[in-house]
Amino acid sequence: MNQLDMTLLIILSIIVPVVGGIIVSRLGKHINIREAATLITALALFVINLLIYVNLDLSHENAVASSRFVFAEPIEGLAIAFSATAFGSLFAIIASGLWIATSIYAIGYMRGHHEKHQTRFYVLFAIAIAGVMAVAYSDNLFTLFLFYEILTVSTYPLVTHSGNREARKGGKTYILILMGSSILFFLPAMIIVWFVSGTLSFQEGGILAGNLDAIWAAPLLALFLFGISKAGLMPLHKWLPSAMVAPTPVSALLHAVAVVKAGVFSVMKIVVFIFGTDFITESNANHWLIWLPLITIVVASFIALRKDNLKERLAYSTVSQLSYIILGALLANEAGILGGTMHIAMHAFAKISLFFAAGAILVATHKKYVSQLSGLGRTMPFTFTVFTIGTLSIIGLPFFGGMWSKWYLLSGSLSFQGPEFTYWAILTGLAISSILNTYYLLSIPMTAFFNKADNDSSNASQHASGIKEAPVACLIGMAIPTCITVYLFFDPQLFYRLAATLNQF
Amino acid sequence: MMDFVLGHINYWLIVAVMMVGLYTLMSRSNLIKKLAGLAIFQTAVILFYVSLGKVTGGTVPIMDEKYTLYSNPLPQVLMLTAIVVGVATTALGFALVIRIKEAYDSVEESEINKMDEQD
Amino acid sequence: MEQLTILLIVIPLMCAPITALIPSEKITWALTLIVSLISLAISFYILYEVIDGKHVIYELGGWRPPWGIEYKIDSLNAFVAVIVSGISALACLFAYRSVPSEIDKKTIPLFYAAFQLCLLGLLGISLTGDIFNLFVFLEISSLATYALISMGKHRKALTAAFSYLILGTIGATFFLIGVGFLFAASGSLNTADIASRFSSFEDMQLVETALIFMVMGIALKAAIFPLHSWLPNAYGQAPSAVSVFLSATATKVSIYVLLRILFDLYPVEYWVDMLLPQIMLSLGCAAVIYGSYRAWQQVEMKRLLAFSSVAQIGYMVIGLSMLNELGLIASIIHLFNHAVIKATLFIGAGILLYRANTTQLKSLRGLGKDMPWTFAAIALAGLSLIGVPGTVGFVTKWYLLEAAVEKGLWIVVATIVVGSVLAIAYVWKIVENLYFRSKRKIHIHDVSSGDDGVAKAPKTMTMALWIGAIMCIIFGLNTELSFQAASSAATALLER
Repeated sequence: MNQLDMTLLIILSIIVPVVGGIIVSRLGKHINIREAATLITALALFVINLLIYVNLDLSHENAVASSRFVFAEPIEGLAIAFSATAFGSLFAIIASGLWIATSIYAIGYMRGHHEKHQTRFYVLFAIAIAGVMAVAYSDNLFTLFLFYEILTVSTYPLVTHSGNREARKGGKTYILILMGSSILFFLPAMIIVWFVSGTLSFQEGGILAGNLDAIWAAPLLALFLFGISKAGLMPLHKWLPSAMVAPTPVSALLHAVAVVKAGVFSVMKIVVFIFGTDFITESNANHWLIWLPLITIVVASFIALRKDNLKERLAYSTVSQLSYIILGALLANEAGILGGTMHIAMHAFAKISLFFAAGAILVATHKKYVSQLSGLGRTMPFTFTVFTIGTLSIIGLPFFGGMWSKWYLLSGSLSFQGPEFTYWAILTGLAISSILNTYYLLSIPMTAFFNKADNDSSNASQHASGIKEAPVACLIGMAIPTCITVYLFFDPQLFYRLAATLNQF
Repeated sequence: MMDFVLGHINYWLIVAVMMVGLYTLMSRSNLIKKLAGLAIFQTAVILFYVSLGKVTGGTVPIMDEKYTLYSNPLPQVLMLTAIVVGVATTALGFALVIRIKEAYDSVEESEINKMDEQD
Repeated sequence: MEQLTILLIVIPLMCAPITALIPSEKITWALTLIVSLISLAISFYILYEVIDGKHVIYELGGWRPPWGIEYKIDSLNAFVAVIVSGISALACLFAYRSVPSEIDKKTIPLFYAAFQLCLLGLLGISLTGDIFNLFVFLEISSLATYALISMGKHRKALTAAFSYLILGTIGATFFLIGVGFLFAASGSLNTADIASRFSSFEDMQLVETALIFMVMGIALKAAIFPLHSWLPNAYGQAPSAVSVFLSATATKVSIYVLLRILFDLYPVEYWVDMLLPQIMLSLGCAAVIYGSYRAWQQVEMKRLLAFSSVAQIGYMVIGLSMLNELGLIASIIHLFNHAVIKATLFIGAGILLYRANTTQLKSLRGLGKDMPWTFAAIALAGLSLIGVPGTVGFVTKWYLLEAAVEKGLWIVVATIVVGSVLAIAYVWKIVENLYFRSKRKIHIHDVSSGDDGVAKAPKTMTMALWIGAIMCIIFGLNTELSFQAASSAATALLER
C-alpha cells in the first residue's frame, strides 16, 4: 500500500466517526436505523483501523514519516499532524474494536434503562471516539495535547448526561481537574520541551537527550505526569470516580478504555518518544517519580476495598490499574515498557467486561451497591460469569489475557536499576496490590454466587419484579470483550507485536 | 538665566495658563467648571502653537520677493482645526452635562458618585 | 488603486450626515452595514496588495509631501484597517436587533451616524501618515465615541462618557502638545519626512519632550495601566453594539499609534536608553496581573470583560517593549486576535443582556442551559482568551513566550503564566455562573410580558456571535494571513 492510501486511512479514521455522528443526529426519530448507523460506523472504523494495522510497516520507522498528514500549522514547526505508528494503531484498534461491543451493549442498556436524549448520547459518543482516534494517531506532542483537551470537552456532556444535580457536580469535578491540570502542568511542560529542544515531534530515542540538563529531567517528567491527569495518578484521580455518574456505556468505554487510556497512552508516548528510556535511566529521573504510581496502586486498592458503590469500586480499581501502566513506563526498561503497553490492551478488555456486567446488574435490578448483590449470581449467571472472568484477568491469573501484561510488568520490576529500597518497595507494592485486587474484585462474584440473599423481604421483591438477565443486546456486548480476554491468553501476539516495536527505539 | 526666562516669556505664560486649566479640571467637583478648565487647557495649547510659528519681525506669508522674513503659517492653520475640535468637545461636554443634570438632578461630581454607588 | 485608499475615509464621511437625516432605523442600519462591508473589502484589497512589503502612497489633494497630507500604507496600516472595518461589520450585524432594544427609536439614526463617524476616525488613524492629521482623526473618533457611550441604557453611561471625555481630551491634548514640540524641532508633520531627517535635529531637547508627551497622551487613549481608569466604566456602560465595536478597535488603534511613534517616527536607538522599554515592560506586566485580577473580582459580565481588556492591552505593551521581532509580531497579531475574541465575548454579553436584560452574573445563573449554543460560543471565545492551543489566544501567547525566552526575560514568562491562570479563573467565573450554578428566578427588568426577546436570541445576533467564535478557531489554526501581515509589519517597523 502506498503512502497516499495510508494517509487517507488516517484521515478517514478521524472523519468516519464524525460523519457517523452527524448522520446519527439526523435519525432521532427512527431509533432502529439510528442504532444501525452507529453500528455501521463503529464497524467501518474498526475496519479502517485494521487496514492501518495490516499495512503498518513495523520494521523501519520511515513508515511514520511517509504516512504523515499535516492538517494545519498555526506556528512554524508546530503543526497539527497525524501519522500511523505501531503504538497508535494498538490504541486505535482497542478503542474502535470495543466501540462496536459498547454500541451493541448501549442499545440494550439505554433502552432498558429508559435514558433520555439517546440520540444526543450516540452523537457525542461518536465525536468522543473521533477525538480518541486523533489522539492515537497524533504525530507530535502539540497535536496530542490539542486532542487530549478536545476529548475532555467532548466527553463532558456525556458525563453529565442525566442532567441532574449530582451529574452536574460530578461533571464540574471532571472538567475542573482534567482541564485545570492540563493547563497548569501539561501545557507549561510542553512549552518547556519546545524551548529546550526546538521541536515537539515524537522521535525515536526522545528529543530531550542532550538538550536538557539531567537534573531537570525529573521535575519535567513530574509536570507531565501531573499534567496528564487522565492517567489518574493520585492525587489528581478524583475526576474518575466523579465521572461514574455517567451512563454505564460511557463509564465502560470512555472511563475504562478510551479516556483513561488516552492518558496513559500520552504518558507512554512522552516517556518513550519525548524523553527516551535511555535518558530517563541515565538521569535517574524515575528513582523517586516511580513512587507516585506505586503509591497510587496501593492507596487506590485500599480505597476500592472500602467502596460499596459498585461503579465507584471499579473506578478506583481502574485508577490502580492505570498506575501499573505508568509504573511500567517509568521502569523505563524493555520489559516494563512492554508490560505497560500490553496492559493498556489487557486491562481494557477486562475492565470493560466488568463495567458491562455492572451496567447489566443496574439495568436488570436497579442495584448499585455491592452489599445488595447477595445471591444474584443464581438469577443472573451469565452476567456474573463475565464479571468473574474480567476479575481473574485483572488479577493476572493464567488462562486470561491479563496474565501476560502482569508477567512482563513483574519481570520489568525485577530488572529495575535503582536504589535497593525502591526496588523492594515496588515488589512489595505489587504483591500487596495483587492481594487487594483479589479481595475487592473477587469478593463481588463470590457474594453473588455463594451468599444467600440477605432477607426474605428483598428476596420476595426480587421474585415479585421477576429479575432476569439484562437485555440480549447487553449480553452480546458483554460476551465480545470477555471472549477476547480469554483468547488473548492463548494468542497475545496481536498486541505483543505492536508493543514490542516500542522497544526498538 | 534671566535671558532664558525673559526670552521665553510667552512660553512661561502659556505654561501658566495650561496649569490653571489643569488645576481647575482636577480640583473642581462641578462638572461645568471642569469643562471650563478643559477649555482653558486646550486654549493654552492653541496659544502654544501660534507662538511657535511667530518669527520676530516676520510678516504675513506673502509670495513676494520683498518679504523674505515671514511667520510660519502652518501652525495657525492647524489651530483652526484644533479650535474646531475644541469647540466640538466642549459642546459635547455641555450636552452631556445637561443630560446628567436631567438624570441625576445634580452637576456636582461628588453627589453623582454617591448616587452611583447606591445603585 | 491609490484612489481606493481615500475612499475608506470618504465613504463613511459622506454617509454619516446622510444617515443622520434618514428617519428609518432599518435603512440607516443597512447603510452602516454597507459602509462597513465596503470598507472591509477595500481594506482587504489593500492588505493583499501590500502584504509582501510594498507601499501604497496617496497624496491628499495632490499636494506634495511633506507639505500636503500623505497616506503611505504598508501592511501594518492595512492590517489595522482590516481589523477596524471587519469588527465594524460584525458589530453592525449584531446591532440590528440589539440597538433597538437598548436605544430610543428616535435617536437610532443619530446612533448609526455617530457609529460611522467613529469608524471613519479609526480608519483615518490607521491610514494617515501625518501626525497632525492623526490627531484630528483621533478626536473625530473620540468625539463619536463619547456620544455613543452616553447612549447607554443606564444613567451611569452618562458619567462614564463624561469622565472618558475629560480624560480622552487630556490625552489627545497631550498628544497635540507633543506634536507641537516635534513640529518645532523638525518643521514637519509628515511621519516619513520626520523619520528621514531625524538625525539632523535629534540633539534638541524638544524632541525628547515631544516623545514623552505623545507617548503619555496615547497611553491614556490606549488605556495602558495605570491610565486605564476610564475604560471599565466606558465599556461596561456603553450600549452592547458599541462595547463590541470599541473594545475590539479603539484601544487597538491607539496601540497601533504607539507602535508608529516608537518604531517609525522615532528610531529605536533614540529611546532605548531612556528607561522607556523597562518602564513599559513593567507597566505591561502590572497591567496583565492587575487587569486579570480585577476582572476576576467583578460581578458584572461587561465590566469583567472590560478589565480583561486592560490585561490584554498589557500583553500588547509587553510585546512591543521587548524590542525584538517576535515580540512585535506577538503585539501586532494580538491586535487582531484580541479584537476577534473580545468582540465575540461582548456580542455574547449583548445577547445575554438582550434576553435577560441584565449582565449581572448573579442573575444570569443557569442561563447557559437554556441557550446552549450561545453558551458554547462564549465558552469558545473564553478559551481563546485563556490561550488554549488551537485558538487565536494561543498564537499570541506562544510568540510572546518565544520572544521573552529569546530575551531571557523570565519576569515576562512568569507574568504570562500568572495572567493565564487568572484568565482561567475569570473565564471560569462566567462559565460557572452561566452553566454550573443552579438556575434561580431570573430577574427580568422592564420587559413587557410576552416579549419574545426573552424567549430566543435573534438570528442576526447569533450569526454575529458564531462568526466571531469560528474566527477564533480558524485564525488559531490557519495563521497564514494574520502571521504574514504581522511579520511583514514587524520587519518593516524594525528595519528602520
